[in-house]
Amino acid sequence: MRPAAFFGKDWGRGQVKLFVVLADDKNGNFYTTSSLFRAGIKSYESISRVVPSFYNFEREFFEEFNIEPLNHPWLKPLRKNQDKYPFFKMEGDEIHEVAVGPIHAGIIEPGHFRFMCNGENVYHLEIALGYQHKGTENLMTQTPSNQLIESVAGDSVIAYSLAYSNVMETMKGISVSNKAQLIRKLALEMERAAIHIGDLGAISGDIAYLMGASVFGATRTLVINTMLEFSGSRFGRGFLTLGGVNFDIDEKKIERALKTLDKVEIDVSRMVKTMLKNSTVMSRLEKTGTVSYERAKEINLVGMAARAAGLNIDSRYDYPDKWTKELGLKKEKFDGAGDVNSRFRLRYEEIIDSISIIRKIFDKLKEYKNEPVNSGYEVLNKENSKDAFVISVVEGWRGEVVHIGMSDNNGKLSRYKIKDPSFNNWYGLALAVRNNGVSDFPLCNKSFNLSYSGCDL
Amino acid sequence: MFDTLKSRIYQGEQFIKDIKNAPMREQFRGLPVLKNSNCDNCKKCTGVCPTGALSINPLKIDIGKCTFCGMCKNICERNAINFSNFYKLSSTNRESLIIDERITEELFCKTAVEVRKEITSVFSKSLKLRQVSAGGCNGCEMELNAASNVNFDMGRFGIDFVASPRHADGIVITGPVTKNMAYALEDCYNAIPDPKIIILCGTCAISGGVYQNSNEIDRGFLDKHKIDLYIPGCPVHPLTFINGILDFIKERK
Repeated sequence: MRPAAFFGKDWGRGQVKLFVVLADDKNGNFYTTSSLFRAGIKSYESISRVVPSFYNFEREFFEEFNIEPLNHPWLKPLRKNQDKYPFFKMEGDEIHEVAVGPIHAGIIEPGHFRFMCNGENVYHLEIALGYQHKGTENLMTQTPSNQLIESVAGDSVIAYSLAYSNVMETMKGISVSNKAQLIRKLALEMERAAIHIGDLGAISGDIAYLMGASVFGATRTLVINTMLEFSGSRFGRGFLTLGGVNFDIDEKKIERALKTLDKVEIDVSRMVKTMLKNSTVMSRLEKTGTVSYERAKEINLVGMAARAAGLNIDSRYDYPDKWTKELGLKKEKFDGAGDVNSRFRLRYEEIIDSISIIRKIFDKLKEYKNEPVNSGYEVLNKENSKDAFVISVVEGWRGEVVHIGMSDNNGKLSRYKIKDPSFNNWYGLALAVRNNGVSDFPLCNKSFNLSYSGCDL
Repeated sequence: MFDTLKSRIYQGEQFIKDIKNAPMREQFRGLPVLKNSNCDNCKKCTGVCPTGALSINPLKIDIGKCTFCGMCKNICERNAINFSNFYKLSSTNRESLIIDERITEELFCKTAVEVRKEITSVFSKSLKLRQVSAGGCNGCEMELNAASNVNFDMGRFGIDFVASPRHADGIVITGPVTKNMAYALEDCYNAIPDPKIIILCGTCAISGGVYQNSNEIDRGFLDKHKIDLYIPGCPVHPLTFINGILDFIKERK
């Protein structure tokens, strides 16, 4: 079992209720529990000492509700007070610090990295985030919409929109047609394939293998332009709506998409195989940025990064919907060492896997030709059920996106909790760069490609 | 090595030759096309607009606020709102971004971008930009990266993103500008040597977008400085970005 969410909610009259959701991946169950902090109770014994994976969760809870986890390994700000952020200090003749950010050299989101180095080697990396804090969860209770949730993590539009739709559809009692469910699943796999291809290109760029950067860049364009044909947006914005999807995919589009995907599969395979045969490429990828199986388990790494370290977790299969069986999808174990090479190869395998799932879905869609794609737009105004607590988990390309919605006794959305896979995995990146050259940081970073905005950090 | 060469040959030519007239898929939601006579003031569209970009009586869409989600079009039963696939949406003044029934592609093209002699004479052959993501969701950021890829190849026009603000002629801002990024944005801007321009890229940067009502946003920087170019989109399409810059820095013939 591992923590999937850990968050507080204002319970009135100075009280705070703490909710914990634990995931049991082996048996496909979630366990929830809660604990009430009465007014005046301002501390509890930290769990992170015993279970390190609660580390960030407890920091977050402390920052939001000012209830202190006693004996926490290191209690420091998560989203606020960046100017007073405490860093580890090291001393010695050869020791120096490298500070990077919040603005980075490329076009990426802001965050601050502090490397403690001995010569070229990184002893430790500390990551100070919070520059992207936009008060998303608060806004979600005031003006919840698919459009807002799509702008939480712009690289996981479908995953976020799907998780949100699941929550709200459960809360409002909206059913979704088989056809719409399949189209949603298809969009999720397209997103996975597109981002993975883009990241293979970015990894190639970071090891100065420009051929790879160009080919993957051009190939990604094919996938996202297919998404544009489906939804009017390259990243699938405006594709999903409560009760289904906004756009149908007709046979002509399917035919074109299948042709494109054939080309994508060939181009990606050819380039990856060429790269994996190249010794200069392999010397940069192998044994760089390693997170061992034990460490990954200990800090509760999730998603693609966890699978690359040999942890066999994937919420698509651990918590399957009916399509997993109907499409005959099977979880396959990836034999990875947790280094950049593993993440590179795993991403390749997931691209091929996603393309094969997409083909199966196209095939299956024929059976539901006459179904509607959504349930009309009146459902948007349907009342929420009262005192509801809904958990939704979607395996985005990074890993599990967990959304939790709670309503009060009038049916108003009173708490919306978002847990991005990056929330777990940032610490994994910090561990990955230990004992690596500081110049390999961009490579390690790109192999994870974590989101800053996704967890509102 | 032969494999690498083979891959190269298979790829052929990838770049879009005529970027100013590059075709766009018909499904793309670009410039709104409005029809007042079809509107019966049912207000369904304003009800679903996530940012308040849309107003009725007469119909107007502020594409500086619009997320191009298309919900107004989806929900309208009388076909009063449409989006064409026209992607050259940039403007040098905020008012031009408010689209009403009269605005056609030609009219928007003619009026939106004001060509300034001091800009074209200095930047027409080379424009180096520093990008700052101030709360951006990574959507616009990914599209700006894509503007430099082999398909769009923005570098051939002398437009590049640079790492240091000291090398830059201007700043490109994405995101609604969070409180926690406000000082870094100001620092970065101050580090850019004069003369310099400010470009706002994407709905969040132009108006705050879906985050306009958040209390973790601090848009003071944008109120203080003159904005030279607005590039709408959610996210901004690379063709919108490149054409916006080209219209701005190159003299029209």
